Amino acid sequence: MADLREQFAAWSAKVQKGLEKHKERKEVFLSGGGAEVKRLYTPEDIAGIDYLTDIGFPGQYPYTRGVQTTMYRGRLWTMRQYAGFATAEESNKRYKFLIEQGSKGLSVAFDLPTQIGYDSDHHLSEGEVGKVGVAIDSLKDMETLFDGIPLDKVSTSMTINAPAAVLLAMYIAVAEKQGVTPDQLRGTIQNDILKEYIARGTYIFPPSPSMRLITNVFEYCSKEVPQWNTISISGYHIREAGSSAVQEVAFTLANGIAYVEAAIAAGLEVDDFAPRLSFFFNSHNDLLEEVAKFRAARKLWAEIMRDRFGAKNPKSQALKFHTQTAGCTLTAQQPDNNIVRVTIQTLAAVMGGTQSLHTNSRDEALALPTEESVRIALRTQQIVAYESGVADTVDPLAGSYYVESLTAQIIEGAKAYIERIDQLGGAPKAIERGYIQQEIMDSAYHYQKSIESKERIVVGVNQFQIEEEPPKGLLRVDPAVEVMQKSKIAELKAQRDSQKVAELLKALREACNSDENLMPYILEAVRAYATLGEICQVMRDEFGEYVAAAML
Amino acid sequence: MRELGLTIDKIIAGDVRTASRVISFAENEDARAAHILKALFAHTGRAKVIGITGAPGSGKSTLTDKLAKEMRRRDKKVGIVAVDPTSPFTGGAILGDRIRMSSLATDPGVFIRSMGTRGQLGGLAKNTMSAVRILDAFGCDYIFIETVGVGQSEVDIIKLADLVLIVNVPGLGDDIQAIKAGLMEIGDIMVVNKADKEGADRLVIELETMLDFRGEQEGLRPPVLRTIAQDGEGVPTLCDQIDIHFEHNQKIGLLEKRRRRNLRLEVENLLLDRFTRRMRQVITAADEMDNLTESLYNRETDPYTVAETLGESMKLP
Amino acid sequence: MSDRTIRVLIAKPGLDGHDRGAKVIARALRDAGMEVIYTGLRQTPEQIVAAAVQEDVDVLGMSILSGAHNTLFPKVTALLKEQGVDDVLVFGGGVIPDEDIPFLKGHGIEAIFTPGTSTEDVIAYIQNNLKR
Repeated sequence: MADLREQFAAWSAKVQKGLEKHKERKEVFLSGGGAEVKRLYTPEDIAGIDYLTDIGFPGQYPYTRGVQTTMYRGRLWTMRQYAGFATAEESNKRYKFLIEQGSKGLSVAFDLPTQIGYDSDHHLSEGEVGKVGVAIDSLKDMETLFDGIPLDKVSTSMTINAPAAVLLAMYIAVAEKQGVTPDQLRGTIQNDILKEYIARGTYIFPPSPSMRLITNVFEYCSKEVPQWNTISISGYHIREAGSSAVQEVAFTLANGIAYVEAAIAAGLEVDDFAPRLSFFFNSHNDLLEEVAKFRAARKLWAEIMRDRFGAKNPKSQALKFHTQTAGCTLTAQQPDNNIVRVTIQTLAAVMGGTQSLHTNSRDEALALPTEESVRIALRTQQIVAYESGVADTVDPLAGSYYVESLTAQIIEGAKAYIERIDQLGGAPKAIERGYIQQEIMDSAYHYQKSIESKERIVVGVNQFQIEEEPPKGLLRVDPAVEVMQKSKIAELKAQRDSQKVAELLKALREACNSDENLMPYILEAVRAYATLGEICQVMRDEFGEYVAAAML
Repeated sequence: MRELGLTIDKIIAGDVRTASRVISFAENEDARAAHILKALFAHTGRAKVIGITGAPGSGKSTLTDKLAKEMRRRDKKVGIVAVDPTSPFTGGAILGDRIRMSSLATDPGVFIRSMGTRGQLGGLAKNTMSAVRILDAFGCDYIFIETVGVGQSEVDIIKLADLVLIVNVPGLGDDIQAIKAGLMEIGDIMVVNKADKEGADRLVIELETMLDFRGEQEGLRPPVLRTIAQDGEGVPTLCDQIDIHFEHNQKIGLLEKRRRRNLRLEVENLLLDRFTRRMRQVITAADEMDNLTESLYNRETDPYTVAETLGESMKLP
Repeated sequence: MSDRTIRVLIAKPGLDGHDRGAKVIARALRDAGMEVIYTGLRQTPEQIVAAAVQEDVDVLGMSILSGAHNTLFPKVTALLKEQGVDDVLVFGGGVIPDEDIPFLKGHGIEAIFTPGTSTEDVIAYIQNNLKR
C-alpha cells in the first residue's frame, strides 16, 4: 500500500502538471446525486473495506451482493409494467395485452380520486377520474379489472397507500369470487404513508391512525394472506421529489425503521412480519452511483434489522426491492431519447440486483404511454436480460474501486441522516417538523439551478436542442369515463342492499374507535358493495384529515 | 374626493377586492393609502384584535384556523393577518400560513391576508397596523394577528393587539420557549398546544409557576389553557376565555388604557419613520458623506460632531 | 411598473401531490424578490380564487400533473372573471400537451410552462407581463 501511495502521488503530480495545458472539462465533477467524483479510484479507496464482512456472498448477510445466491442465473427479475387508466374495462384489456407480451406480474395504477379515497362522483374528483390510473369505486369495478385473470397465477402490485386496506380487501373479495383463497394470493400493496407525507401527497388521515391501518394490515396478512407483501417502502417518490441518492436511501430506510417500530409496538414479533416488507427504489441516470446505491441500501438494511431489531430470520434481513426507472429524467423534448435514458437506468437496476422492474415509456413526460411505447419499454428490459450479458453473473460491478468506495460512501451518508432523524425522534416526528421535506427541497432546488447554469447538461433540454413538431397521437382519457363511472355508482347504489351497507359501515365506525383490527370490518363492507368513498368517509369522520405544512 | 368616499363606502360595506387592494397600497406605501387610512380611521376601533405568538412549530397557524372556525360558529366575522419573514437578501418571501387555513378560504365571513415582514423586526410586518385597521372597517368582529414565529423576540405584538395569546408546545427541547423569547410578560392567555403530547402536564405546571413569579400586573391572571389545535380540542374554551378577558378588561378600563397607549405609540412610530426617512435623505444628499467618512476614519473629526452637524441641517436641537 | 414587491399565488388545483415543480418555482420567485403565497395541495378553484382576491396578487401560477388541466384551469379563470378580476396575470404549468395550449390560452391562461422550462424564463415572463 505504501508503494501504491507513493506511485499514486507521483502520478497525480504529473497529471497536475498536464492540467496547466489541458484543463479537465469541469473544476468539480458531481454525481447525479450531487456527490463529488474523484478523477481516479485505486485500491486505497477501498482499503477500509473487508470483503468477508462488508461485501460477502450473494444470499448471505450483509447481502451487499444480492439477496439470492444465483440471482438472475436462476430466474430473471420480474418485468412488471405499471399500468392502468380510464375504466376497469380498458385497464383489463391492457393487462391482458401485457401478459401476452411476456409480462409476468401486474402492476395497477389507480386514478387520484381512488388513491385519496373519493368516489368518482365526489366534487373533488372532477376532471381527475381515470386520468393517472384506473378508477375503482367499488368491488364491482375490481371484479371487472381482473376479469379473466386468474389471481392464483399472477402476482399483482397495487400502487395504493392511504386506502390500501380497502383495495386489498377488494382484491381478496374478487379472489373469493374466483374460488381463490387468500393464502394463494401473491402481490404487493404500496401501503407506505410516510413517503406520501414527504413526497407524493396522496395522504388522507393523520399519521397515527394511518400507522394503525398499516399495522392492522401487517397483522391480518401475517395470518390470512401470508404470501402478500404488506408494504413497499418507497424511495422512488422521494427521489422524484428531488432528493439525492444518499437521501433516497436514508429517508426510505428511516421510514422502514418507523414501520418496524410501529409493528413491534403493536405487539407483533419482528420475524413474523419483517420477511413481508419490501422496498421500492428509483433508478436514475448516474449508472454507477445507482448501482452503489442499491448495494448500500441492502447492506444498511441488513445491519439495521439484525443489530437494531434483533431479527433472526435471514428473510427479515434481506432487502428485496422493486425498481422503476426515473420518471423525472424523461424529457418532453426529443422524447425518443428517453428510450436511451431508460436503457441506462435499466442496466443500473439490474446490475444493482433488483427483484422486479418497471421501465418507463418514452412519451410519459407528455401524456399517458401508448401501447407502442409501452412495448418498447418492455423490450428494453428484455434486451438487457437476454442480450447484454449483465444478467449472467451475480453483482458484476463488485470489486470496482469506484463502485465499492461509492457504496461505502452512500452507507456512511445515509447513516448520518438516520442518526439525525433518530435524534429528532424518528421519521414521523422528522416529517412533522418538515425536516425531511426541507432537505429534499434543498436538493431539488440545487438540481434545478445546476441545470439552469448548465453545470448539468440534459440533452435536448439545455443543450443539443432542435426545432420540434409537437407530438401527435398522444393517448387521452375520454372525459366520458367520468360520466360512465358516475352512472355505475348510481346503478350500484340502487341495486345493492343499502340497509346492510349502512349497518356494516356503522360497525366499521365503531371499530375505528376501538383498538380492534379494522381489516375484517373493511372486508365485510367491501363484500356488501360499500364504495371506497363511503368506507373512507367513515374513517375521515373518525380519524380526521392530514394537512401538510408548507415546506420550501 | 368622490372616489375616496366610494372606496371608504366599499370597504365598510365589506367589499373584499377593495379592502385587499387598499391593504396592498398600505403595504407598498403607495400615496393613495394615506388618504384612505385617514378617512377610514373614524370607522375603526370596533374589532377585537388578538395577537397570536409563540415558537416555531407550536402550531400557531392551525390554532388560528380553529379559532376562526369557532368564531364563525358563533356567527362572528373574522379577519386574519398572518406574517412571515422576508428574506433580507432578496426581499422575497414565502408566505405559507394559508396552507393550514384552506378550509376557511371560501367562507365569506373570513378574510385572510398574508404579509411579509419587509425588513421590520419584532415579528410583525411594517404595515400590519394598516391591514388591521382596514379589516376593522371592513367589519371584522375579531382580528387575529399571527406573528412570524421564528423564535426571536416578538414583543411588538402588544403595540397592536388588545389581547395576546402565547402558544407553547411540549417537547421543543428548551422547557419554556416563551421565557427565552421574553414573551412571558406580555401574554394575556397562555396556550399549551399539542396537549396530548408527552411533557404537556409538566409544561402547564412550569407556566403556572412562572406566572406566580410574574409579579403584579393589571387584569386577570393569565390562564394556562390546553388545546389540541389539530382536532379543535380546547378551542371553544379558549374562545370563551378571550371573551372573558375582553369583558373584564373593558370593565376595569384596561382595554381603553391599552388602546390609548397603542395609539400614542403608533404616532410615535409614524414620527420616527418620518425622522428616519428624513435622515436618509440628509445622509444621501450630503455629498460630503464620503469625505466625512474618510475624515472620521483618519481621526480628523469625530462621530459626535458629524452627528451634530447633520442634525442641525435636519433642524434637530 | 414601480419597484413595489410583486405578489404571486402559487396554487395546486386538483388532486395530484407532485409539488416539486410548484415548490421549485415558488422558491425561485422568492429568490427573485417576490412574495409568494403557497396554498398547498388539493385546492379547489373556489379556494384558489378566494385566496387570489384576498391576497391581492399580481400573478396566479397553477400547476397540475394529473391531466385535469382542461377542466380545472378554465374553471379558475371563469371564477376570476365572475368576480371582476381582470388584472391578475394567470399562468399554468405541468405535464400539458402542446395541443391543449391554444384551448387554455383561449380561456385566459396566458402562458403555459411545460417540463424543462427554466425558472429564469418564468421570472422574466412575470416581470415583463404584469398587468398593473
